[in-house]
Amino acid sequence: MSTYAQKKGFGATVWDFLTTVDHKKIAILYLLAGGLFFLVGGLEAVFIRIQLAVPNNDFVSAGAFNEIITMHGTTMIFLAAMPILFGFMNAVMPLQIGARDVAFPFLNALGFWLFFFGGVFLNLSWFMGGAPDAGWTSYASLAIHSKGHGIDFYVLGLQISGLGTLIGGINFLVTIINMRAPGMTYMRMPLFTWTTFVASALILFAFPPLTVGLVLMMFDRMFGSNFFVVANGGNTVIWEHLFWIFGHPEVYILVLPAFGIFSEIFSTFSRKRLFGYSSMVFATVLIGFLGFMVWAHHMFTTGLGPVANAIFAVATMAIGVPTGIKIFNWLFTMWGGSVKFTAPMHWAFAFIPSFIMGGVTGVMLAAAAADYQYHDTYFVVAHFHYVIVGGVVFSIFAGVQYWWPKIFGTMLNETLGKLTFWLFFIGFHMTFFIQHFLGLWGMPRRVFTYLPGQGFDTANMISSIGALFMSLGVIVLLINVVVTSVKNVKVGDDPWGDGRTLEWAIPSPPPFYNFKQLPLVRGLDAFWIEKMEGKKGMTPAEPLGDIHMPNASFLPFVIAFGLFIAAFGALYNGEHSWAIPVIVIGLLVTFGSMLVRSVKDDHGFHIHKEELMDDNDKGVKA
Amino acid sequence: MHAEEKLTYESWPAEPERSTLEAKNKFTGFWLFLGGETVLFSSLFATYLALKDKVPDSSMPLAKDLFELPLTFVATMLLLTSSLTSVYAIYQMKNFNFKKMMLWFGITALLGAAFLGSEVYEFTNYVHEGHKFTSSAFGSAFYTLVGFHGGHVAFGLMWCLTLMIRNAKRGLNLYNAPKFYVFSLYWHFIDVVWVFIFSVVYLMGMVG
Amino acid sequence: MANQQTNSGNPRVDHEYRRRKSAEEMRYQVVSFSLMIFLTLVAFGAVAMKGSAWFTVPFIILLAVVQVVFQLYYFMHMSHKGHEAPSLFLYSGLLVGLITILTFMTIIWW
Repeated sequence: MSTYAQKKGFGATVWDFLTTVDHKKIAILYLLAGGLFFLVGGLEAVFIRIQLAVPNNDFVSAGAFNEIITMHGTTMIFLAAMPILFGFMNAVMPLQIGARDVAFPFLNALGFWLFFFGGVFLNLSWFMGGAPDAGWTSYASLAIHSKGHGIDFYVLGLQISGLGTLIGGINFLVTIINMRAPGMTYMRMPLFTWTTFVASALILFAFPPLTVGLVLMMFDRMFGSNFFVVANGGNTVIWEHLFWIFGHPEVYILVLPAFGIFSEIFSTFSRKRLFGYSSMVFATVLIGFLGFMVWAHHMFTTGLGPVANAIFAVATMAIGVPTGIKIFNWLFTMWGGSVKFTAPMHWAFAFIPSFIMGGVTGVMLAAAAADYQYHDTYFVVAHFHYVIVGGVVFSIFAGVQYWWPKIFGTMLNETLGKLTFWLFFIGFHMTFFIQHFLGLWGMPRRVFTYLPGQGFDTANMISSIGALFMSLGVIVLLINVVVTSVKNVKVGDDPWGDGRTLEWAIPSPPPFYNFKQLPLVRGLDAFWIEKMEGKKGMTPAEPLGDIHMPNASFLPFVIAFGLFIAAFGALYNGEHSWAIPVIVIGLLVTFGSMLVRSVKDDHGFHIHKEELMDDNDKGVKA
Repeated sequence: MHAEEKLTYESWPAEPERSTLEAKNKFTGFWLFLGGETVLFSSLFATYLALKDKVPDSSMPLAKDLFELPLTFVATMLLLTSSLTSVYAIYQMKNFNFKKMMLWFGITALLGAAFLGSEVYEFTNYVHEGHKFTSSAFGSAFYTLVGFHGGHVAFGLMWCLTLMIRNAKRGLNLYNAPKFYVFSLYWHFIDVVWVFIFSVVYLMGMVG
Repeated sequence: MANQQTNSGNPRVDHEYRRRKSAEEMRYQVVSFSLMIFLTLVAFGAVAMKGSAWFTVPFIILLAVVQVVFQLYYFMHMSHKGHEAPSLFLYSGLLVGLITILTFMTIIWW
């Protein structure tokens, strides 16, 4: 196996990606698929805003509108934001800890293909009788009565995707626990690795309740059980609890990696170490922990009673404290630093006030009594878009610009990057700031239209124009990607010049084995320490030796595909005679492939020492 | 240490299940998975506790009408003993005694199958008494919780048999030792879940 | 009771030591098993005696917890070295699970 890049045909490249178990290629798959779903979710958002731009609009019907808002939320959270963040975690975390891959490369690929097929399955609902229409939260009282198969697509699609996410979470945790380079103690890990760690722990504990909830919903809709059927003793609040016990940690799963990305960007482009590293780690862990204690703040108006409401209100407000610590630490990182205003830094700068605005409306919502007024109005919509877009989406744009060279070996255009920023930033505030007022003026959420003369008209129009700006920003980014790929100007190991962490110590993109020799880590910001001592690269922690790498495999694709097939059978169970055979065939494909994997030995392959020594490079120590 | 190396009693390490990086990763990964499964079963227990005895009308049997001590006790003894036999199997694995390890895993599988058989018998009885998956929220919750556990036992049985058949001719090496160990962790875990099932579902159900 | 790698320099001595340690541990396992059977019998007995539910229910839960502690620490070797991460994650999962169970027993109503 040569260590040189090989010129491949199109077909060979496709096969390479279909069978890869390399975390760097899987990252590209996640970014690509997540990016495509982001465009789909974005289109759904544009349709929402067109429908709501004027009162009494009939751009889409009420039923179609319900499907669009459901899919916008579901797609953006499960199929766009999470996968893109997974893409960054896959691309960057193993490099930051000095590892050659993740702990379970095969499972890494399986996790991707499960997400992919789950997402495709869910989106096929558009063409197969209608998308789910009970909101991304799919409350049981509405969902069990939803006609057609929309909700079934939701249940089955998310179940398959969720399995992929859980696998990915466990993979990242084991990688960080077991595979750090020599000298990298937990308290020397970069912040992005820490946030990957905590977010993955949240995934491990939050996805099982969702799994159970989806199973109960599936059983009620497809197999005649009575979990949510009140007449037979069931209770719909069970769904709400299970969903939000998942759903609240989910938003921290989204925002913690975002915080991690910004921590890297702030310190790199202030040319200064992150202020208060230990408190940042502590705050991350505390946010993760508290994130499991607050879910019922989504249920204040369901009648839990004043005691429960009070407990959850206070716990919710408490999360503001570690978050505030982080904000101050980012500001103090910049203070006294030599700040470089690159495109990623634009996003980081804008994130601070935008996210804070979302945070403070969160504290307002946390006051349970006040929430009786805000609940189910556009005030809530404004709040969560401010934290998710202002936090997570901004971090994704920033991360794309920041890590593009490391992943693809080229550098996105700075000017176009800044243009994307300004268009999107202006559009974002235009759309969502006014929605705070719409909510306070009484406009409910999830309504497909509104009557004129209530004072909502101008505000909705402004909100819709903002969506146009955001779309333009995204289009400019796409142009940037195309232009960069066409020009194909290669960059070196550390193209920003100020890299502090290990990923910048190896070529862009890295060789498939990442590190020729595992690096010796002497402290926090391991690469920066070596740079400050005048060295060009990392000191190796081991002599040059054979490197053991995993084999590629088509089985992950097949295993996921089997579940995809079985899901169709489950969907039409009871309606078509072929449903049960299809379920059986699908499950046979899946479990058969798992059996093949278990039974057929696969020990990977070795790159020999001599091949590594052939490579032209500096500083190979025998 | 190369995973497929032929080792001897003298060169067999003290902790074969954690002697290679792959083994350490499987060990850690599987314990983490058990942490997630703990949350999963807790959600099912929670749902069961919320829906216990919730039936549409008074003609349907409740927990105290259905469950009986003797059958529950037999099932518990079967599963608990199978947990012990899997401990014996791992003990033999650490002693590098392949044949005895396989014997103990075989006994474990037999006891597991007997447990499943008793559960099938039990469920059939309940269905005849009118307690079905579709009859009430209580029924749905009961069969989902206990059935999911039974499903885990069945999957474990398949896993055990696959391991035994696949490795029958290989003897012990550092490639399959972690596989046996991880299976035994899984088997102990389903016994842990059963302890809570028999306590919370059956015993508490009979107390009323 | 970790199965430690001891190096006395003499492999045969090391092996003897390990063999005895394993055998000793196996005895602990059998003792644990007997205790588990005993706890199970007590739990079944408590129900058979048809005492007050206010006593019986917490009692059998307590017995279950003790039995599970034996499973975890002896059968699953959580008492051995190298189980820090497993313990952390298992207890965290347990915490989340217990909060869920508490919720469903208190703030789900009719």
